[in-house]
Amino acid sequence: MKGPEKSRLFQLPVLIGVFLLGVYLQRSGLIDGMLYYWEDIVYLTNQHIQLTIISGSLAIAVGLPLGIVLSRPRFIKISEWAMQGLNIGTTIPTLAILALSMSLLGIGFVPSVFGLFIASLLPIVRNTYTGLLGIPAHLKESASGIGMSAGQMLLRVEIPNAANVIFAGIRTALAINVGTVPLVFLIGGGGLGELIFTGIDLFDTEMMLAGALMTALLAITVDILVAACAFLMVPRGINPSRA
Amino acid sequence: MITLDNLTKIFDTDRGVVSAADHINMEVPQGEICVLLGPSGCGKTTTLKMVNRIITPTSGRVLINGKDTSEQDTVSLRRSIGYVIQQIGLFPNMTIEENISIVPKLIGWDKSRYLKRASELLEMVAMDPAIFLKRYPNELSGGQQQRIGVIRALAADPPVMLMDEPFGAIDPINREVIQDEFLKLHRELKKTVMFVSHDIDEAVKMADRIAIFKEGKLIQYDTPDDILSHPINDFVKGFVGRDRALKRLQLVTVAEVLETESSVVTAEDSLATALQRMTDAGYERAIIVVDGDGRPVGYVSRSVATTTKGNCGQHSYNLRTLVRPEDDLRTVASKMFTHDATWLPCVSEHGKLMGVVTQRGITHHLGATYKSSRAKEQSLQHVRVAP
Repeated sequence: MKGPEKSRLFQLPVLIGVFLLGVYLQRSGLIDGMLYYWEDIVYLTNQHIQLTIISGSLAIAVGLPLGIVLSRPRFIKISEWAMQGLNIGTTIPTLAILALSMSLLGIGFVPSVFGLFIASLLPIVRNTYTGLLGIPAHLKESASGIGMSAGQMLLRVEIPNAANVIFAGIRTALAINVGTVPLVFLIGGGGLGELIFTGIDLFDTEMMLAGALMTALLAITVDILVAACAFLMVPRGINPSRA
Repeated sequence: MITLDNLTKIFDTDRGVVSAADHINMEVPQGEICVLLGPSGCGKTTTLKMVNRIITPTSGRVLINGKDTSEQDTVSLRRSIGYVIQQIGLFPNMTIEENISIVPKLIGWDKSRYLKRASELLEMVAMDPAIFLKRYPNELSGGQQQRIGVIRALAADPPVMLMDEPFGAIDPINREVIQDEFLKLHRELKKTVMFVSHDIDEAVKMADRIAIFKEGKLIQYDTPDDILSHPINDFVKGFVGRDRALKRLQLVTVAEVLETESSVVTAEDSLATALQRMTDAGYERAIIVVDGDGRPVGYVSRSVATTTKGNCGQHSYNLRTLVRPEDDLRTVASKMFTHDATWLPCVSEHGKLMGVVTQRGITHHLGATYKSSRAKEQSLQHVRVAP
């Protein structure tokens, strides 16, 4: 059986299931309970998105150039050390990073953005670096043999051909970022964590779920957005999803 | 013209100092294909890559049309040299059109000009621009990709081309086709080409001159015919193979050994006439029967003509195969063996009889250069042994 037919076969039961779930949630009063916090949800989601956008773009703005610089032949000696350092950094739990950030910068918006920035920086640098190092030597030889300068080679050959790997890094980084934002509530950064943690403390399931579901929704949305960017920006010749 | 002047490259490796190229002196004349040949690690690729400075020479000079390459800007030097590598190196993120247009774009051609050039080049290698311009390299077969690799190097019309085992990764059948295509292109464009190969057959086929390398030294630099007929030492002899005399067959065309057939008969002539003409012309075995337009239709053998009466049309045998003047002798020899023939008629484009190729004629031609002292002297002038 072909793909589309198969998915059509599953569509109906899924639709019925979602409908029944909705009926159940409505009957149990959970949806009303969550909608009670609607104003909070809107305000905190805004804050959540702001935190993600600011720290995420900072991480991309710093991570891409850093990965590119580390992949240049003249830095190859220090870059091995730098990557080891970053790998160790990746093993530190994000909560610990936030704690360290707080002890350095106090509480509030700035340490939150800083902590998120650090947590999402590592995958971007690592993927940019390995993606660029993975460009086959013969492509580079061909590019320089044809008479491209180092800059032209980077922009026209190396980055486009590493784009898949680089986008994978950005996707991981933003997924970590959105998932970590609820934790910054703990160092006074706000965001949907406020609903989740307060809900937990007050044994208020509806409040907690309102925050958690919204966070999940945001995470999925961001993931889809990055995937869409990758789909559009990675050239067709090397894009597995457009082959 | 490419001139290498005492070109030397010394690598510092873990196992000590290695001279990959040791005082190489040679000159590739304008418009010729020079094949650098040798076993792996002999320095042929290093020598090639020093021409466009992918590898920087330790000492010595490379001159292109008399200009020292080390005095030019490396980037613009490379843009004026076509470069083809074995792995092809098409950029997978770019369409075929973009791949071909890279160098013209880099040197600032305007858009309409480089787009026109891309279509033109595709047509030169018999690929339909309407189909291929917008495709990506991964949608092409290996042979097609290498065709693009070659025309990409030709895009900005560079006077000099460097090719590093360009057809090495292509299957034997396609390789033959691409070699032929490249030779055809070369006859039109007359680039000066330096071509690395480890395949003696490819070298004999492509080269105007062959440079044989061993352990970083240039051992012999000569025309293919002289390399095959006068290998300078045992290494070259071993490298060109024991069947080198047979390989030379490939270098000679039928036109060079053609014996004109002055006496023929028509179908209406009697066998007695045929016998008379054979005797007069000194043909030992047979005479060819032609039709009114001079096209060969068969032959009458001497034994039939002496023992039988009648006309030639009734007693002729069919010709088993024909050759053309531009065929090489290797093809001819193969046809002779296949059909158990000692001679084959040669016909023009319109099927007219031009003459015959005989086994004796072939062996005579091959033997001639061995004997001629002129050829020896000439070959010695080309030979330059590294100090």
